[in-house]
Amino acid sequence: MGTVISLDVRGGLPGTGVAAALDAAESVLHDADAMFSTYRDDSWISRLARRDVRPAQLPAEVLEVLAICAEVESLTDGLFSARWRGDGTLDPTGLVKGWAADRASRVLTEHGLPDHCVNAAGDVVLGGRPGADRSWRIGIADPRSPGALLGAVDPAALDDARAVATSGVAERGLHIRDPRDGRRADGVLSATVVGADPAVADGLATALVVAGAAAPGLLDRWRGRGWTGCLLGADGTLSDPDRILRPVATSHPNNS
Amino acid sequence: MSVVSAQRTRRVAGLAGLLGTAVLLVAGKAATAPATHRIVLATPSTPPQAGPAPGRPTPSAQHAGSTRHTARPAAPAAPRTVLGQPENNPYGVVQVKVTLVGRRITDVRAVQLPSGGRSGEIAAYAVPRLRSEVLAAQSASIDSVSGASYTSEGYARSVQSALDAAPR
Repeated sequence: MGTVISLDVRGGLPGTGVAAALDAAESVLHDADAMFSTYRDDSWISRLARRDVRPAQLPAEVLEVLAICAEVESLTDGLFSARWRGDGTLDPTGLVKGWAADRASRVLTEHGLPDHCVNAAGDVVLGGRPGADRSWRIGIADPRSPGALLGAVDPAALDDARAVATSGVAERGLHIRDPRDGRRADGVLSATVVGADPAVADGLATALVVAGAAAPGLLDRWRGRGWTGCLLGADGTLSDPDRILRPVATSHPNNS
Repeated sequence: MSVVSAQRTRRVAGLAGLLGTAVLLVAGKAATAPATHRIVLATPSTPPQAGPAPGRPTPSAQHAGSTRHTARPAAPAAPRTVLGQPENNPYGVVQVKVTLVGRRITDVRAVQLPSGGRSGEIAAYAVPRLRSEVLAAQSASIDSVSGASYTSEGYARSVQSALDAAPR
């Protein structure tokens, strides 16, 4: 996946329990990379693209991810699609990070660490609470300015959301493309989706960026169905219909 | 997650995993319960090799430690600066130093960076951005930041190793 993933766990366990849990979560992340990385010739996805393996031979996890892709494609009328390369191959890159982070989160919980924050290159999956008296506070990056934040969200207050996924048009030659016609997406600098399922959230955020000017309308379709989010347009317009963004002080005593 | 165009993918893969968010904040935050932070680098930047893959964190950077216990200092702590491990990435060496006051990160500076060519350009762009994100998030009492940004594997590992090495 070519990504940096950050695991933040709260609480302790006897002996080497925390290290063991982190090792298990890390192992799941590396497994996901081995299965899905398009940078690796030996991944299932690369082999599938070369027709080196038949769908019937794929492991359950790969089939699961491809099924989620199909579900998100349907939810987004094709704005998200694993077939975005346009050459008949399947590339689930648009939601694999969310899926992998979700798995890592579940492993941490299974190992006795329910209070954690997994950040997979900007897709955040949450468990429990960071401390007894507060809930996770997730900043949303302002892509226009290094270090700046558009605001912060409180997922616990948003139906106990587990996932905060943000997608955007990055600089330096990376572009999100519309699967339907291959054209470069513009119009939306950054889209954030908050909800229950990290893989789907990842895919929906990607679809919102592709949607461009149609993004606010698309977000409206999903609001009230367990999803919320916000958008930053290329013209600087911030769209936050459910008012999920809380202001962030630029200097603040560290009192977490 | 960005769906990158096919033509660009190979170049990005070689750039030491530049997609990502460095979230290296928590060790700097006091909490009432122990907090542990680990950085995972999910893809080798070059094909798998017999030895440890280049993208894997070195043991010293990965988590030399530790569950950090978090009793608040009784009096304001003096700033201290800890040097991270120099970390290799395919384009050179990255090393940072981290300044902490108590358990808060107050500054992150690059001590060594890959220079020249595209990697130097990227490092020059990415490092100030990462530093800004780390500091902004710290000052705003944010636990994590959601949003596409660039990061450098070596930078992230070096900061982690500095945090792990910081005296309690």
